[in-house]
Amino acid sequence: MDNIRNFCIIAHIDHGKSTLADRLLESTGTVSGRDMQAQLLDNMDLERERGITIKSHAIQMDYSKDGNLYILNLIDTPGHVDFSYEVSRSIAACEGALLVVDASQGIEAQTISNLYLAIEHDLEIIPVLNKIDLPGAMVEEVSDQIMDLIGCKREDILLASAKEGIGITEILEAIVNKVPAPGGDPNAPLQAMIFDSMYNPFRGVEVILRVFNGTMNKGDLVKFFNTGKTYNVDEVGILKLNHQPVKSIGAGNVGYLVSGIKEAREVKVGDTITHVDNPTKQAIKGFEDVKPMVFAGIYPVETSEYEELRSSLEKLQLNDASLVWEPETSAALGFGFRCGFLGMLHLEIVQERLEREFDMTVITTVPSVQYHAIKTDKSIIKVNAPSEMPEGNLISHVEEPFIKAQIITKSDFIGVVIKLCMDKRGTIGNQVYLTADRVELSFEMPLAEIVFDFFDRLKTISRGYASLDYELIGFRKSDVIKLDIKLNNDKVDALSAIVHRAKAYEWGKRLCVKLRELLPRQMFEIAIQASIGSKVIARESVRAMRKNVIAKCYGGDITRKRKLLEKQKKGKKRMRQIGNVEIPQEAFMAVLKLD
Amino acid sequence: MELRKGYLKDEPVESIYFGGGTPSLLEESEIRLLIDQIRENHSVERDVEITFEANPENLSIEYLECLKSLGINRISIGIQSFNDLQLKYLNRNHNANEAINSFENARRVGFDNINIDLIYGISEENTIWQANISQALDLSPEHISAYCLTIEEKTVFGNWHKTGKLLGINEETGASHFESAHTSLSKAGFQHYEISNFCKPGLYAKHNTSYWKNRKYLGVGPGAHSYDMNTRQYNVSNNALYIKSLNGGNFSSKVEKLTTIDKVNECLLTGLRTIWGCNLEEINNKHGIDLLEKKIRSINHLLSSGLGKLDKATLSLTTSGWLIADKIVSDLMID
Ligand SMILES: Nc1nc2c(ncn2[C@@H]2O[C@H](COP(=O)(O)OP(=O)(O)OP(=O)(O)O)[C@@H](O)[C@H]2O)c(=O)[nH]1
Ligand SMILES: [Mg+2]
Repeated sequence: MDNIRNFCIIAHIDHGKSTLADRLLESTGTVSGRDMQAQLLDNMDLERERGITIKSHAIQMDYSKDGNLYILNLIDTPGHVDFSYEVSRSIAACEGALLVVDASQGIEAQTISNLYLAIEHDLEIIPVLNKIDLPGAMVEEVSDQIMDLIGCKREDILLASAKEGIGITEILEAIVNKVPAPGGDPNAPLQAMIFDSMYNPFRGVEVILRVFNGTMNKGDLVKFFNTGKTYNVDEVGILKLNHQPVKSIGAGNVGYLVSGIKEAREVKVGDTITHVDNPTKQAIKGFEDVKPMVFAGIYPVETSEYEELRSSLEKLQLNDASLVWEPETSAALGFGFRCGFLGMLHLEIVQERLEREFDMTVITTVPSVQYHAIKTDKSIIKVNAPSEMPEGNLISHVEEPFIKAQIITKSDFIGVVIKLCMDKRGTIGNQVYLTADRVELSFEMPLAEIVFDFFDRLKTISRGYASLDYELIGFRKSDVIKLDIKLNNDKVDALSAIVHRAKAYEWGKRLCVKLRELLPRQMFEIAIQASIGSKVIARESVRAMRKNVIAKCYGGDITRKRKLLEKQKKGKKRMRQIGNVEIPQEAFMAVLKLD
Repeated sequence: MELRKGYLKDEPVESIYFGGGTPSLLEESEIRLLIDQIRENHSVERDVEITFEANPENLSIEYLECLKSLGINRISIGIQSFNDLQLKYLNRNHNANEAINSFENARRVGFDNINIDLIYGISEENTIWQANISQALDLSPEHISAYCLTIEEKTVFGNWHKTGKLLGINEETGASHFESAHTSLSKAGFQHYEISNFCKPGLYAKHNTSYWKNRKYLGVGPGAHSYDMNTRQYNVSNNALYIKSLNGGNFSSKVEKLTTIDKVNECLLTGLRTIWGCNLEEINNKHGIDLLEKKIRSINHLLSSGLGKLDKATLSLTTSGWLIADKIVSDLMID
């Protein structure tokens, strides 16, 4: 156990975590040259396509130093704020963290927030200044920032280039020397924590765990604390590039477990596993429940696929513990699920994964934050969907979630950033200069104003020199109202939105215009109306289709033409028919892209 | 042709069509050989329709007389427009005068079944199109095909469009040209029997109608297609390859087998383009697919909005339905 080191790599997005992981895997001989590829641990198609890490990924390396063999368990984590739950769970399985900072960018918002997560868990922090090969690397300056931030000495900061392979040996040495060996007693009762899991259609649920005390052997009878269910350990193993079965995993180590669990619901991330004989009395403190930032309905396009969607969500949840959901019904869309996400990217990824990994075709409704409708007796109704908002006369007032936002930017952009935040109903708090031209601004503002397109706007106005982190600070009274949309006089609940009164008219107007662009023309005219209560505040219309027919259809054209029309029909799959209007998926998202 | 003799089994030939490209390149002897071959290999009906497709510049009196002597009894002339500017714009080799002359030549030689091809939607205004229709009516043909100019990617027009040589027109213009053709030609006693086809009462193009009425046909030549009610076949379209394969004494083509669903969808696609429509009961009897039940919502909507008609079990589209026939058909298609 003295030779085990558990560490994760944390950083702001794109600062080079996965590339650094590549170098560590290479230099410890964990992957052969033949298997090597850039960002090897980003093995989901979605990760490779988008060039970002979405899932934390654990892998074990062997490393010899001074005649001793060390086992290094590395966890690469995502940097995007929407996946911070992945980071916090990884941290719980480690004793140390490499805090990577891009030398050309300096400290950014998630550098700080992820560092704080690590410090809260008493992790040993090893600062790594990456990308020193870049011409724009500001080694001195960024080192100063890091020293300020974590209170370390200049010589504690390791200079590296993950791309060029510079500084890799020093990093491995530091991991062995500085990260404490895990505590725990291999002879104590078994105490292992589930920190990730995934669904395998052949083997059932695979659980990724960290053993804190005791030893788990193949063939043992184990019990999951949360459900009380018992299982036979069919296979335990360590996480090499491929899973590698072993006889047992002892205290301090990280590994996986297969025990033929078919029901996704039986596994909960954060749960403790112990032996049926000689169980531990104490469960390990699990994870705090995730607080979703945005909610949206997910509905099957084919209403008959509701149960299949439920089971797909259950399986996906195994591998994405930040996803929460409960059943809901919509007058327009039928049976579906109201899901909570950590942000818009998260929502997009969930939708994509449902389609790619589970072959579902789904419709996502207009996302919304959670509001509190306060009744006259002060009781609270939690409103996750606009349709759940009670009528005005039934409540005393509505409260909306506020966040505290930390924005780090260059001093040149202070003006435009403040302007943007004010437009978004924000109030400015502190201004702290990190260096002469880098400043950290704090704001308080409604969550609803930033979850959607705020970040893109921020990036644009600051030409990329701004990063954002935020946390919920509570609910505040707010003058919001429900805006409804009618298509040919049918109210489409899935298009309703809750908006601030001062912005309602403008919103209604723009939403109608946007819908006019997005709704495909049909055989008849479509009337679009936005209303507050019974009052129509904006209207538009989509003219009927006038001409849609090919001129010639003789012998050779017939099959080609049939295929073309069949293809058009398939393209419509992603549309939901409401009344006799077809609504494409983009329309539900249109609400978010109004600015 | 020998090689494909078996394709039509022993069914009699009702129509023969020389078209697709420039059949007027053929010498008299070559045309004769082809017709003789057909008569040798198949039984040919007495009132067979034999159409020859040609551009105005090729229809001299001599050539027409020769066609007539070979037994050809229908001429289809690719006039497109009687407006010199438009003809230039479309890069045609004839002018308006030649167009009129070619038609008159055909009459003089004794052809009593002549089709004129016209194109609309070339430019935004309606006056030239109206003038083209009047000019065509003055000639009093038996049949008029009026096509909307179609700009499709990867075609000559598509490329012209890309390079700015050809401008697209408004959807509204296309629709109003279609409507004025329908109105003027109907008033002049023509029957609008398919989206792009008009004829004097009863004088349907037998050949083209067979495509829409789901009849068998055999195509000969590179790129030609054939249909035997179960499969569609495509000959290679490369000339050299086509000839090479024939010289080798074997005939090869790409064959596509139609599933029941394909067949039903093709019925809808072709049938709804014509006044004869689709007999849903017949489809149900033949293929076991009850469209009336499956698509009742869509069909009801067609009826209530005046886009379709249901006569007993036969569904057909109205003139306004035809304008958006592709949309309607794709809604009705099954999967
Ligand atoms: N020049 C240079 N580029 C680097 C270096 N390290 C990483 N990069 C590049 O930086 C980009 C981001 O690298 P990743 O390793 O995917 O970053 P990450 O921190 O894992 O990103 P997320 O997981 O999405 O947060 C890639 O284009 C890398 O090639 C380095 O040392 N020097
Ligand atoms: Mg990464």
